[in-house]
Amino acid sequence: MEATALEARQKQIWCKDDNPMVMDCDKDSLAGAVSQRACVFCGSRVVLYPIADALHLVHGPIGCAVYTWDIRGALSSGPELHRLSFSTDMQERDVIFGGEKKLYRALVELIDRHAPAAAFVYSTCIVGIIGDDLEAVCRQVSAEKGIPVLPVQSEGFKGNKRAGYQAACLAMRRLVGTGDTAGISPYSINILGDFNLAGELWLIRDYFARMGVEVVANITGDGRVADIQRAHGAALNVVQCSGATMDLATMMKEDFGIPVIKVSYFGIEDMAAALYAVADFFKQEPAIMARTKELVREELATLLPELEQYRRDLQGKKAAIYVGGAFKAFSLVKAFRTIGMEVVMVGSQTGTAEDYQELADITDPGTIIVDDSNPLELASFLRDKKVDLFVGGVKERPIAYKLGVAFCDHNHERKEILAGFAGMLNFAREVHASVMSPIWRLLPRRAA
Amino acid sequence: MSKKTPDFVSTTNACKLCRPLGAVLAFRGVAGAVPYLHGSQGCATYMRRYIISHFNEPIDIASSSLGEKNAIYGGGANLKMGLKNVTAKYRPELIGIATTCLTETIGDDLHQLLGEYRREFLAGDQSDPLLVRVSTPSYAGSHMEGFHGAVRALVEQLVDADAAEAGLATDKEQAGPVINLLPGLVSPADLRLLKEIMAEFQLSATILPDISETLDGPALDDYPLIPQGGTEICAIRRMGRAEASIEFGRTLPEPLSAAGWLASKHGVECHRLGLPLGLRETDRFLALLADLTNTGPLAAGARLRDSQLRDSRSSLPPFQAAARGRLLDAMVDGHKYLAGKQAVVYGEEDLVVGLVSLLAECGVRTVLCASGGKSGKLAAAVKEVAADLLPELPEVEEDCDFFDIAARARQLKPDLLIGHSKGYSLARELGIPLIRVGFPIHDRLGGQRILHLGYQGAQQLFDTIVNTVIARKQDDSPVGYSYM
Repeated sequence: MEATALEARQKQIWCKDDNPMVMDCDKDSLAGAVSQRACVFCGSRVVLYPIADALHLVHGPIGCAVYTWDIRGALSSGPELHRLSFSTDMQERDVIFGGEKKLYRALVELIDRHAPAAAFVYSTCIVGIIGDDLEAVCRQVSAEKGIPVLPVQSEGFKGNKRAGYQAACLAMRRLVGTGDTAGISPYSINILGDFNLAGELWLIRDYFARMGVEVVANITGDGRVADIQRAHGAALNVVQCSGATMDLATMMKEDFGIPVIKVSYFGIEDMAAALYAVADFFKQEPAIMARTKELVREELATLLPELEQYRRDLQGKKAAIYVGGAFKAFSLVKAFRTIGMEVVMVGSQTGTAEDYQELADITDPGTIIVDDSNPLELASFLRDKKVDLFVGGVKERPIAYKLGVAFCDHNHERKEILAGFAGMLNFAREVHASVMSPIWRLLPRRAA
Repeated sequence: MSKKTPDFVSTTNACKLCRPLGAVLAFRGVAGAVPYLHGSQGCATYMRRYIISHFNEPIDIASSSLGEKNAIYGGGANLKMGLKNVTAKYRPELIGIATTCLTETIGDDLHQLLGEYRREFLAGDQSDPLLVRVSTPSYAGSHMEGFHGAVRALVEQLVDADAAEAGLATDKEQAGPVINLLPGLVSPADLRLLKEIMAEFQLSATILPDISETLDGPALDDYPLIPQGGTEICAIRRMGRAEASIEFGRTLPEPLSAAGWLASKHGVECHRLGLPLGLRETDRFLALLADLTNTGPLAAGARLRDSQLRDSRSSLPPFQAAARGRLLDAMVDGHKYLAGKQAVVYGEEDLVVGLVSLLAECGVRTVLCASGGKSGKLAAAVKEVAADLLPELPEVEEDCDFFDIAARARQLKPDLLIGHSKGYSLARELGIPLIRVGFPIHDRLGGQRILHLGYQGAQQLFDTIVNTVIARKQDDSPVGYSYM
């Protein structure tokens, strides 16, 4: 294989050296480059999906709904309406004559059948073209059925995943501020940007409970419409995965004066920093900080000795990272250091200039940093950098495996908790399980 | 209960996929080809993810990655840039271009745009990739229409109008008689078996498409630009001069039939059969092969010697005769365990027809046949393959989703659910086993290695089904016996 990157993409690949970073990013994917990115619809669907008592109706032809049917491991402690895939399955006649009538009838039918707390209606590519008035249909159904019915302007072609995050946040913003905030503790937060994959949010909530901090709304993991409606009663918004829900936090800051902190729950350092940041925010109640310190001490006392056995085997192995949002990459760089591994390549689908600068700051010289990459580039990085383990999602896995490289699944459908202190141990265990497998010694590349 | 009733408009948990996905799978089965979607970036990525999760193989699908401006002013410029970039990076022999709902709706004319692209950017010689286009609006039809449409487009756009003009030697000079085999969407394992069968009959076959290697490849030491395998383009070019075409699919719509086109344009004899799934549908397929070999137009070229036939009455080659014998013997051994069992079968229409046929042969009564497809031919096809063995024909539902299937299954209380992995939640709710077949299998490894076709495929499915029933009885037994 040759010709790693197309000329038009050269500025989206940077190798860390002594020169200042030059990185082109936050632009449309190059046609024909086989980007790993999805679309606006995907961004909206990802963010809103875990709201478990809402109806999620995709207005469009069948594909968009069917490819997002129960694909995430976003768990619910109660209703599981989010795991069903609803579509208007637009047909040719709907495209020609307009889909509003069908949308109206589908909404009424599904609301009558499932009695959801709210409904989100996702716009797809052709809805944006034929000009169905989602807003009007939603308003009408909302008036008739007495629940919020929210249009999500997520036409696939109107940008990338980040535009989808924004559309989702705009839809959620309409819910915030409509609920009763009576009885909410002054030491209260909303958790934004955790999607309760494999139950991670429950773990994080447990930490906050132990600290004595009340969680008002999970946005959106194990999410409930009523919680989001009263989210403006919380004292602080704690935002993870800054791309996905930051827009909502920003709007809530402007409209309700709720301060925002950015955190990550992956890796020991970032997890502890997240808890300390919240405790620090509530410093008028020193007991919270005291409990937080105790919590971190307890967790680390059991975690660190267990991590040590994995670190011994993994010391000096090389890792590559390619993820959707850059926040995950920051944490992964640190998490690999914790288990003795060296990161030689890191990239994301939708990072911003600030994100890539931060990656440049925290990585070692020689590290490749890449924006909106594709299979051929990623394969060449894995090969040239002699990577031992690649971490990414479903689309990255076969690239690693085809080349005989170990892989850690850091995707949306994972079944193991990777967040929190317990998640760090799972992470080390999974990395270890793949890197240390005997299979690599039998493959063509290593067998020779 | 069906969406066909006018007061039921929404779809819940669809039992079909979108049309471009089928086209992508078909293009993946052509040697040196890169599938390309003319649409926004998300379509390609969603489909890659969906396909990877079944095959556990890389599948690079290029996209025009259309943005808002392109949606307004047309996607031509991005299409051309995309084709240029794919050509530069992948050096493909062929780019299979499928449209999407977006580009169909904004009215991009692929025929015209590709003509412009050829004039502007291609050298007009052997170094150019071939460009094959297919219209796949996702608001009309399902992935199967996309699959068949792409196969037909490949044939229509590649088969030489005039062999002499193309400077190709005739097939008879080259390699003896050739059969076109158009298998439809079947697994890589199925394709490998079909190749073995053709070899046993000493028939040289052009199988289109052929994903047996491209979507079930070996471990490598480098990432392949384009995976090995697939139907050779030169073989596709010659399909107009084959002795006969065999096309699987009792419900395949005529306008999408590649064999039908080869018959009407090139006079290639067309044989339309059901998927050779189960004993009798396989018998029909092999009888046709025997006929083509011994007494048909190919008789002079490849008559089987009597010594190669275990049984002159059966006219089967020895391995097939033996496999058939074992299958029948196994079905005798297992018949009582399956007697009276009832199944719900769902998925692509032609797969459903084959499964009902197999189930009827082993004494399982299918109570509901369901598909998200709507050929209008499903009920008749089911009747044709199974009516004489079943006391009562199953209910047949076209154009239905898993909401419909679940509603009916709760009343019918079947013992087994048979179909792809998206029926798992229903199987779990009903507390009955799911026998995984077809595409997609997203909750197990090795979906690409499930063998459905031929006596061997019937054997494997039969063993799986009967042992699933036996295991259930054993697990439910209060004493936990260890001897049947």
